[in-house]
Amino acid sequence: MTDLSQNPAGTAPRKHGGSLLEKSPRTKKRNAAETRFKAYGIAAITAGLVMLMILVTTIVGKGTGAFQQTFVTLNVELLEAKLDKKGERNIEDIKKVTTFGYAPIIKGAMEAAVEQLGIETSLKSKELAGILSKDVAAQLRDYVIANPDQIGQTVEFRFLASGRVDGYMKGRVTRDSIVNDKNISPEQLDLVDALAAAGMLEKTFNLDFITGADASDARPEAAGIGVSMLGSLFMMFVVLALALPIGVAASIYLEEFAPQNWLTDLIEVNISNLAAVPSIVFGILGLAVFINYMHLPTSAPLVGGLVLTLMTLPTIIISTRASLKSVPPSIRDAALGVGASKMQAVFHHVLPLAAPGILTGTIIGLAQALGETAPLLLIGMVGFIASNAPETLADGLLAPNSAMPAQIYEWAKRADPAFYERAWGGIIILLLFLVTMNTLAVILRRRFERRW
Amino acid sequence: MPTFWLVALLLALSAAGYFGGRRRAVASAAGDVKNLHSLPAYYGYHVSLAVFVPAIGALAIWLLAQPMFIESRVSGMIPAEAVPESSTIGLVMSDVRRVAEGLDLAVEQGLLTAREARNVADSGQDVRALMGEVGVALGDDVRPEVLNAAQAYRNLSNTGRTAMTVVVALLALGGFAWAYGRTHKDFRARNVVERAVLALLILAASLAILTTIGIVLSMLFETKNFFGLHSWTDFFFGSTWAPNFRGGSELSILPLLWGTLYISFIALAVAVPVGLFAAIYLSEYASGAVRSFAKPLLEILAGIPTIVYGLFALLTVGPALADLFGKGGLLGVEWMAGATSVLTAGLVMGIMLIPFVSSLSDDIINAVPQAMRDGSLGLGATKSETVRQVVMPAALPGIVGAVLLAASRAIGETMIVVMGAGAIAKFSANPLESMTTITTRIVSQLTGDTDFASPETLVAFALGLTLFVLTLGLNVLALYIVRKYREQYE
Repeated sequence: MTDLSQNPAGTAPRKHGGSLLEKSPRTKKRNAAETRFKAYGIAAITAGLVMLMILVTTIVGKGTGAFQQTFVTLNVELLEAKLDKKGERNIEDIKKVTTFGYAPIIKGAMEAAVEQLGIETSLKSKELAGILSKDVAAQLRDYVIANPDQIGQTVEFRFLASGRVDGYMKGRVTRDSIVNDKNISPEQLDLVDALAAAGMLEKTFNLDFITGADASDARPEAAGIGVSMLGSLFMMFVVLALALPIGVAASIYLEEFAPQNWLTDLIEVNISNLAAVPSIVFGILGLAVFINYMHLPTSAPLVGGLVLTLMTLPTIIISTRASLKSVPPSIRDAALGVGASKMQAVFHHVLPLAAPGILTGTIIGLAQALGETAPLLLIGMVGFIASNAPETLADGLLAPNSAMPAQIYEWAKRADPAFYERAWGGIIILLLFLVTMNTLAVILRRRFERRW
Repeated sequence: MPTFWLVALLLALSAAGYFGGRRRAVASAAGDVKNLHSLPAYYGYHVSLAVFVPAIGALAIWLLAQPMFIESRVSGMIPAEAVPESSTIGLVMSDVRRVAEGLDLAVEQGLLTAREARNVADSGQDVRALMGEVGVALGDDVRPEVLNAAQAYRNLSNTGRTAMTVVVALLALGGFAWAYGRTHKDFRARNVVERAVLALLILAASLAILTTIGIVLSMLFETKNFFGLHSWTDFFFGSTWAPNFRGGSELSILPLLWGTLYISFIALAVAVPVGLFAAIYLSEYASGAVRSFAKPLLEILAGIPTIVYGLFALLTVGPALADLFGKGGLLGVEWMAGATSVLTAGLVMGIMLIPFVSSLSDDIINAVPQAMRDGSLGLGATKSETVRQVVMPAALPGIVGAVLLAASRAIGETMIVVMGAGAIAKFSANPLESMTTITTRIVSQLTGDTDFASPETLVAFALGLTLFVLTLGLNVLALYIVRKYREQYE
């Protein structure tokens, strides 16, 4: 009997009388397979985490540069002869001087600075001014129009350096990479080095990137994400105002009142399907219904918000239903027992208890909507420069604007690598928003979640 | 009156209705709330709902129906011979709308008085220059038919808007009077309000059906137009994608479908093994600490917006691959021409799908009863043998469902392929070549200046419909498989 169980017929792994304490080749093989299998699992998890790490380091490494910008501090003499020939300080006369009229003043200021510092350079005055941004003339003109009394004085300005100079300061542009570049020459970089050594040119924190507006192709150094952030904000406002009430109403009906019939089945099937429809299809819907049929303005945050509402509704409905379901039936029974109607039981007792869960689901849905890009491309929220911050509520909803992800896409499409840095920087801001929203959702859940 | 003020007025009126109704009810009960049938607030809700709901409903329907009505009336006014050879009625109508808008703008900015705007045709003014002044750019001079139609359009819209304001205001006031009149201490306000609220809840739930109908109808309608302009055999069975805005385009879906499926295949080839093994390890091997650390981290990958992955593909993965396989690359081969390729998009999409596969499979593996594992381990099987021979077969239908859902995600993904896959439609088996997908083409055909009368634009709707049907089919199949599987253990 013992012989049989130790050495069953047919399998006979220990034919040659090996010890039990010694592993047979078959056991070794099986153990090796076990180790390998486990290693595959570890490798898979590691692969996933490594991808995440690469992604995060890439974003942080490439994007933080956007928050710094190279500025040139320059004393500019606001020549009366150029800016206000009549000398009457008449604002209409001053406005007649276009940005071209300011170019000589900037050139003069650069020449004076170079002379004062004693830098020897073979550059002409136009090339000297070339290290400054093309935005500078407009900046100067705005200043003069706002402060006409300063004409004739010498004023200290902090000017944006051009995108190439900024890239040089950040190490993106090198002397090798500009061999065929018409926008900048090695002599100009020598000048940049000299100015940096003299402390006139330095890299500082760039608030304009966070609050500013997009800029045209030639001025990457002036582009900011602020206006499109407002566009996103208005869209989220629309989504919240529509998706939350509609989503909660739909969930209450489905969870608390709906009878088991074909209509309820149809609604449920539709909701689960809509949750899986590709986002671009919602973009097509928005284009066809809101823009082509209803003639709402293109590129308007209102339309974007409507499209994202339709897209977020299934998410909100699914999470709201889950939190309604988690409220125990005894609460409803108790309310009904003391004479509440069904509607009162739901609105006075179940809904307040489910509110934290609903809020969490809504925040997660909003975060999803905030990062969504594809439908916005179809309703025209890319391809133009969102230059003005909206002033009124109606303006914010109806005037053309961009949204954060659409703005990032727009930058990624442009040719100048300086815009890529902006795109990564924009992603940092977008991710910061998403992280904040998700953390808020987690905190809410932890703090208010009730175990029944 | 602008719609905004109309809505504000409705809100104010319904707030007034709440207090009015409440007061009347309490007064009818001689100030003693106990004599009322319902709580006093319900009498308030009753009036306020009667004011708001019918009026806002009428407003919504009016806003939806008016453009359609005006469009059909005005386009009927334009004689067929007034439509130029190279144009369509749709383009003429868009001119009409812009002229009408421009005239309204001119009146608003004070360039014209309302009377002058109405008689602009007789005054001999250059309408196009006028439009330019208010910021409405027109392609060519305004023809008299267009101007006439534009005037009719303005008239109809103005009448429509006035009529809408009147109807909505009347409905609101009527609702107020009716509900206020009914308010009495014996009136069953709670029952009525609850029925109305239930109706509103049903309406909100039906929005899901409306959205689906909207999606299908909007695409079906334009797809029908497309097949009127372009042969369906070329769309489904042709072999070339060559849109040409001068006409004579070849628009076949097959090369796009090939690109889509190829990229999705690569994405799944990355995501399925990694995701599946990660799920197996997390649910069968990992300690609680590892699980609570690794699972949320992996799920972060799912919460990152696709634009981030797109940028990652375009600016990091693409150039890295080009450094390896491109001209002068590390491997010394010249297989890759640019940064965009099937492999670029596929790899990045695979990363995106890892948490999708892993968390779905994790749930499914955890649903396999512990007794089955215990039985297998008790018979002497190692853990990996248990997973491979007992857990996997039991979980297989669910995992197939998860993979199908991931596939439908991959097919419908837009930003990664727009930025990483390229724009060339072709049949090729080389994963280092750039190819294009259905979603990429939808984006490129529908952005920029679009002319909704040309097959090159309308083809996007046919592509969208195909995409919708494709993903819907995959989802339904996946849900069917998952549901069938669930029934085995419960």
